[in-house]
Amino acid sequence: MKEAHVTTSDVTITEAGTPADRPLLEIRDLAITFNTSNGEVKAVRNAHLTIMPGETVAIVGESGSGKSTTALAAIGLLPGNGRVSGGQILLDGEDISHAPEKRMIELRGNTIGMVPQDPMSNLNPVWKIGYQVKETLQANGRPSGPEDIAKVLSEAGLPDSHRRAKQYPHEFSGGMRQRALIAIGLSCQPRLLIADEPTSALDVTVQRQILDHLEGMTSELGTAVLLITHDLGLAAERADKVVVMYRGQVVESGPSLELLQNPQHPYTKRLVESAPSLASRRIQVAKEQGVEAADLLAPAAVARAADNVLQIQDLRKVYKLRQGLGKSSDFAAVDGVSFDVLRGTTTAIVGESGSGKSTVAKMVLQLEKPTDGKILFDGVDTSLLKPSELFKFRRRVQPIFQDPYGSLDPMYNIFRTIEEPLRVHKIGNKASREKKVRELLDQVALPQSTMQRYPNELSGGQRQRVAIARALALDPEVIICDEAVSALDVLVQAQVLNLLADLQSNLGLTYLFITHDLAVVRQIADHVCVMEKGRLVETGSTDDVFDAPQQEYTQALLNAIPGAKLMLPPEVA
Amino acid sequence: MKSNQDTTHFVAPIEETPLLATDAVKTDQAPLSLWADAWRKLRRRPLFIVSAVMILVILVVAFFPGLFTQTAPNDNCQLANSDGAPSPGHPFGFTFQGCDVYARVIYGTQASVMVGVFAVIGVLIIGVTLGALAGFYGGWVDSVIARLGDIFFALPLVLGALVVTQLPFFRENKSVWTVIMIIVLLAWPQMARLTRGAVIEVRNADFITAARSLGVSRIQSLIKHVLPNALAPIIVLATMELGVFIVLEATLSFLGIGLPGSIMSWGNDISAAQSSIRTNPAVLLYPAAALSITVLSFIMLGDALRDALDPKSRQR
Amino acid sequence: MIQFILRRLLQVIPVFLGTTLLVYFMVFALPGDPIRALFGDRPPSEAVIAALRQQYNLDQPFWVQYGLFLKNLFTFNLGVDFTGQPIAATLGRVFPVTVMLAVEALVIQAVFGIGFGLIAGLRKGKIFDSSVLLASLVVIAIPIFVLGFVLQLVFGVYLGWAKPTVGTDVSWSTLLLPAFALALVSFAYVLRLTRASVIENSTADYVRTATAKGLSRPRVVMAHILRNSMIPVVTYLGASLGGLMGGAIVTEGIFNVPGVGQKLYQAILRSEGPTVVAIVSVLVLVFVIANLLVDLLYAWLDPRIRYEK
Repeated sequence: MKEAHVTTSDVTITEAGTPADRPLLEIRDLAITFNTSNGEVKAVRNAHLTIMPGETVAIVGESGSGKSTTALAAIGLLPGNGRVSGGQILLDGEDISHAPEKRMIELRGNTIGMVPQDPMSNLNPVWKIGYQVKETLQANGRPSGPEDIAKVLSEAGLPDSHRRAKQYPHEFSGGMRQRALIAIGLSCQPRLLIADEPTSALDVTVQRQILDHLEGMTSELGTAVLLITHDLGLAAERADKVVVMYRGQVVESGPSLELLQNPQHPYTKRLVESAPSLASRRIQVAKEQGVEAADLLAPAAVARAADNVLQIQDLRKVYKLRQGLGKSSDFAAVDGVSFDVLRGTTTAIVGESGSGKSTVAKMVLQLEKPTDGKILFDGVDTSLLKPSELFKFRRRVQPIFQDPYGSLDPMYNIFRTIEEPLRVHKIGNKASREKKVRELLDQVALPQSTMQRYPNELSGGQRQRVAIARALALDPEVIICDEAVSALDVLVQAQVLNLLADLQSNLGLTYLFITHDLAVVRQIADHVCVMEKGRLVETGSTDDVFDAPQQEYTQALLNAIPGAKLMLPPEVA
Repeated sequence: MKSNQDTTHFVAPIEETPLLATDAVKTDQAPLSLWADAWRKLRRRPLFIVSAVMILVILVVAFFPGLFTQTAPNDNCQLANSDGAPSPGHPFGFTFQGCDVYARVIYGTQASVMVGVFAVIGVLIIGVTLGALAGFYGGWVDSVIARLGDIFFALPLVLGALVVTQLPFFRENKSVWTVIMIIVLLAWPQMARLTRGAVIEVRNADFITAARSLGVSRIQSLIKHVLPNALAPIIVLATMELGVFIVLEATLSFLGIGLPGSIMSWGNDISAAQSSIRTNPAVLLYPAAALSITVLSFIMLGDALRDALDPKSRQR
Repeated sequence: MIQFILRRLLQVIPVFLGTTLLVYFMVFALPGDPIRALFGDRPPSEAVIAALRQQYNLDQPFWVQYGLFLKNLFTFNLGVDFTGQPIAATLGRVFPVTVMLAVEALVIQAVFGIGFGLIAGLRKGKIFDSSVLLASLVVIAIPIFVLGFVLQLVFGVYLGWAKPTVGTDVSWSTLLLPAFALALVSFAYVLRLTRASVIENSTADYVRTATAKGLSRPRVVMAHILRNSMIPVVTYLGASLGGLMGGAIVTEGIFNVPGVGQKLYQAILRSEGPTVVAIVSVLVLVFVIANLLVDLLYAWLDPRIRYEK
């Protein structure tokens, strides 16, 4: 139980008492050092930012920029081997950068709250939700009876909260878990809320709902928010002020719209150019002003007169789910999907989790057998292929998967990984294979020395490029990209997308691009198929779907793109 | 509350944080596979160095006992020396029957080490194969193997050994090989269970799916991709089990159901020394110490290996 | 939850049947005259052989034999040993002693193993941790009978703090020394397992969130780190019962404890096959039931399991 801590400024939310001209949180020249097995590493240098009471400030950066580390330092949650090695963190004038743990425990919960990123791993799986709320209220000296718990949960948007409080985290959906975390973070009405990528682990449509709700709650309570995100569009939309961090330093900061319309620092300029949500918004704005699509997108995207390399007809995939003893029910992951893919173009399949888009990809790759329907490749029904023909067929369709950390065998060095397809299909001899591997590495812009390295030595983007090289080894005609760029940082993502576009125009490749990110789709796809719960909801050219969506669901997806309503100057991408 | 917003637009000077090329490959370090990485870590750890040296010494003693003592252990057993104190040439003294304790300890190394090594080999062959098949193919293969393993699990090691040694085959034949067989028979389920778990973890990885979409057959992907990635915990368990099996053999010999008395082993010597424990405890303690040191070095090695092969501590 | 219990029961029954079948099969059904084989080198009189043959129904087909064996097992009709005494009655006398011993050992290894493991895990890399780790390795390396002898010598004879042997003086305090010896090996594993769990859970996301909520450190350690680390440890404690049973044979021998282990050991020395089989079958039954209970405890500790397919 914490003692009540009385300061000159009142803890509860009233207008009186808090001098409105003094910053609530001020970080000056902050330096954070980590003690690693390779010696000391300075993760953050000379960071500074200011948050006024009730203000929302966003820190934007890629991985390794130090944005999370800076925010965690403010609540005293640096990992064991990290420490503040310089500068100050002033909370309402008090320097808490080296405050004793006892003081930090007092502040946590009722003065500074936190909403973390991943809802599944941040809730203890063995305690009920109500219990986890209760212990927060108790620790901060708030009333913690069943009624209070239910009130906290329902204010965060969880209906039927009495019943919900008695459930365990694994019984909630992802969005509900995040609401529970928001409820816990705001339950003691803190003056500052640190929100660490609060919605990146959620489905797109759910993201907007939750962020709207969070915005509502914090403005009602007068809570200042420190929002950490990698998405510049989202930051600009939700925050009054944006702070851009790069390699541990603050490179630019200022009012959000000004930063977007007039970025000064080269890094900020790069971010503004590459962020998919902003790029997609720019295209939209340009279209509204009458600029032609052809001028905005890369030339390879222009549709040629071509045949259908892939035809999907009435595809169905039904799984049997075992439920208890003996019973089982049918679950249709894919329910009657039909579309065509033109040779040399990019077709995107868009949907949220559970839409069945990945299952469609697996069936096209012949990794799962369809329950019903046909997949025609070059006019040939793939279900009729004999095993030896199937083996040859595999050379023409290759995948690239989402997780760069799982798609390469950690035991194989890069050379063996890229060479494997050639060896399996007995192409050429040892010397010619090595030559081919070198060519492929050139094509994906990786240095030749990469051949000897192992996956754990490469970054996410580099691994994806190796995966692309491996996919190209057999000279395929179609490449299935299953969320191939979703796990990458913004700038790296842009780099990989450019690479894919170049390869398409040089080699005449066809892409089937599976993704949940409509903003990325806008930049690279010619045709779009929107899937929801196993069904094909809408399909058409990218322009048609974006300009004139026919279905409500499509419209909801479009609205969910962060920054959808920002006023941006049109620019050629 | 928003009236006093901070509206300054701050820009850091470009020289402070020069822009790097996006996602450049580091070319300065040497390539680092899992095994190379592990070796680098192991080299520095005292636990590994000590245990590796001890194991080498023990192996030399096991294969070349003659190097360490001139006395043939059973030749000079004179009852006159019974329970005698240490004397020049006989540093550990004498047993109840007048045999040289030191010589017996040296010569006893071979039996114990053989049992440990071959039992582990047997457990690896059976346990890894069955566990990999169960984990990879799932379905009824998995159920059958899992139930089979459960049945053997329900027989705790010593109890199971007790029952198995009642069999006529084992009553009539008592040798190093029967003891090895008994241990393998009772200990394979644990290795199978570990392998199954490791295989299940790996089989859902994307690189396995990528291999399949290349056209690699299922069994090939098991051997070439899944198993190499599942090796680390298997190696750790095998190393530790080497030690555990040596202790097990000693316990079985102590109970009279292990190696026959004619074979020199530490377990037999400890068992025989029970009667003189009050008068001359050293006779029991020397072979016991030899046993413990041997086992300790193997499980220390296993511990060091586990730390070195831990994927979470790999260099990024 | 009920479904979970039912499913576990369904899994346990075939395992139990399989194990007892294996035991029975190995002793009675292999070629050769099992009765003579049971006696090894010391065949008893023809009359005893005939009586035993009838008792074990060896004139019946195998499955009938096994069925009758099971029925006898569950009605506690375990036959007689070579001195003519009914095995069931003997077991009734010695079982409680071993239960006392096992319970003491279990408590010792749980309390000390979890306690030390928790502290070692929280202070990873520091002196306490390194020394505890090394000590646990040493304990695993030394065979249990050596440990037993050493403890007996040191505490029983040299220091005189406890009675070196138990004999007929059976009580919680006299059993303490043998229980300690029995607990030692499993204690090392419990300690290491707890330590590893604690280390893993200490860096878990939900622990960081718990701290961010403003909970005090003791509360975070108890309600979140320790609570979640218990799950694998509990499972191991159940499995360690098997090791305890094996170790009890040795320990009861060294400390002269009149329990099941001692009886079993005597039966082995005298090559009393039927007695061995009877006792082992009962022990297996106990082990299987204990593991079932541990599974249920696991489900109570980890709610996710209750809903698994």
